[in-house]
Amino acid sequence: MSKNALEALIAPLAVVLAAAALLWLVLLGASDYLVTLIAIVLLNAALAVSLTLTNGFTGLFSLGHPAFMTIGAYVAAILTFSARRKPSMLPDLPAFIAGLELPLLPAVAAAGIVGALVAIVVGFPVLRLRGHYLAVATLGLIVIVQNLALNWDGITRGGAGLAGIPRLASVWWAFGLLVLVVAVAWRIKFSSLGRAMLATRENELAAECTGIDTVKMRLTAFVIGACFAAMAGALFAHLISVVTPKSYSVLLAFNLVVMVVIGGAGSIMGAVVAAAAITGLSEMLRPAEESLGLYGFSQVVVALSLILVLFFRPQGLFGNREPDFVRRLFSGRLFK
Amino acid sequence: MTQYLFQQLVNGLALGSLYALVAIGFSMIYGIVRLINFAHGDLVMIGAFTSLAMVVGGVPWPLILLFVLVVGAMAGVTIGAVIFRPLLGAPQVTGFIATLAVSIVIQNSALMILTGQPRNFLFPAVMRERVTFGTVQASVTDLLIIGLTLVLIAGLFFVVYRTRLGVAMRATAENLTAARLMGVAVHRTILAAFAIGSALAATAGLLWGGKFGQIDPLLGFVPGLKAFVACVIGGVGSIGGAMLGGYILGLAEVLFVGLLPQEFSGYRDSFVFGLLIVILLLKPSGLFVRHVEERA
Repeated sequence: MSKNALEALIAPLAVVLAAAALLWLVLLGASDYLVTLIAIVLLNAALAVSLTLTNGFTGLFSLGHPAFMTIGAYVAAILTFSARRKPSMLPDLPAFIAGLELPLLPAVAAAGIVGALVAIVVGFPVLRLRGHYLAVATLGLIVIVQNLALNWDGITRGGAGLAGIPRLASVWWAFGLLVLVVAVAWRIKFSSLGRAMLATRENELAAECTGIDTVKMRLTAFVIGACFAAMAGALFAHLISVVTPKSYSVLLAFNLVVMVVIGGAGSIMGAVVAAAAITGLSEMLRPAEESLGLYGFSQVVVALSLILVLFFRPQGLFGNREPDFVRRLFSGRLFK
Repeated sequence: MTQYLFQQLVNGLALGSLYALVAIGFSMIYGIVRLINFAHGDLVMIGAFTSLAMVVGGVPWPLILLFVLVVGAMAGVTIGAVIFRPLLGAPQVTGFIATLAVSIVIQNSALMILTGQPRNFLFPAVMRERVTFGTVQASVTDLLIIGLTLVLIAGLFFVVYRTRLGVAMRATAENLTAARLMGVAVHRTILAAFAIGSALAATAGLLWGGKFGQIDPLLGFVPGLKAFVACVIGGVGSIGGAMLGGYILGLAEVLFVGLLPQEFSGYRDSFVFGLLIVILLLKPSGLFVRHVEERA
């Protein structure tokens, strides 16, 4: 291995280890509430980055993340659920799944695969068309998925949702997913594939003229984003041990879009920062909301701030760039 | 059997009328500014709650209709003026995000003011009666919905095809820049389209409350999405297409629930959006649009 290639591997690894050490230190003194909050921030950051991959890189407007999260959550939960209780609770499961009780890792992988397959089925007809069809088709997908989860009660337990999912995930699983998503997004962004995606976003016609298959780019970005969303949904379910048809709604899709826009469409670090800021902000506003009885207030604040950002800084925090500091950090040239 | 089929037909036409009223505004706005207005469905909610407030206040029914039209138009103009004008030159996606944000603001403000508790909404007792034609019966509410929708659509077609404003709207939809060069007051025309489309959606809210009897702050979401499906069926951007798409969707949905065994009826929303994906796969330009230069 050449010296440069080695350097390119060691530097990001060192960053990840440093971040892990920092997280470990924080967790030492954290209350249970704070640990859960950190896990949620990490998962939201992973979701926001995966949406940046779809919406930011290729200029799509997908609102489908909640649908893929719900799919992922149910798929993984059904796989890890106690084999003893499964036949009575979920009578319509085929026998070979009913007898299965998998560890978390294969279950999350299965969730990702199913999410990706659904994305292919939906994306294939819709992504040949222009952007806004995807927005509405993915909103429709949310309704379909919720509707199926609600009515197919032999497999999902209907509106009551699936409770008692083993609490297999932890804040470290969330951290792992975030590292994976950022690594994949980073590798894609600074490769020919990523440049092709950005070209698709900037000017479809010009991209086609240089030989880029824009439909394929959009489909790739959409499927990868959906795969990660399903994995995040699976981890959420195993973190809070319950999933219902309404766990992940349109509001979540909107909040993820806000994170992507505020971070800068196409900026990976922007999405991470915005996800942490917005998740923290809504958490801080929640006590105020509850004491005043004004449910919906924090959401109005988030939506209004988005409108202001669109008016006055439409490119978001970082545009589609990564901060120089982070780029140097990841390439191991911090001091050169 | 005749009674059952007739009942389903009337029911489907009434539901289709509601979808058509919402879809037409959606399509008008799309046709002119090439934007999906995600806040359009929320005008249904605004219309429904405005009517409820009037009913509680004891306002007579014909005045309520008038008032709902006015409130809807004003709300539409506000949305148009606040969001669409400043963002008109921005990339399309920015516009979608902005309308989605407006929709979230409207829904959550309504939640804050009205709470999520569903409210009962009732038409006067006369409306709940049924009329008999020979061997078949239909509810007065459904007939009112169908009739009023036809009147409103006739009025709309008069405005669009017989007035100066209509000419200006069609010209702007055709080519905004050319229309401006011909002396059309483009901004005013766009706002007029918002006003008309939103007034129709608000009226749909009044009728929605009357038909289903319960309203809540999030009630606009699903009708708004289904109106988009109706637009896609008829060809996005075409007013006549949106109207026909609304009727087709309403009838298809009622037939799906009415003709299949009971245990499938919970899947009606899956059916509608599954239909959307199938149509996008087979005929994305819509059933009634022969040729579109820009595949929207």
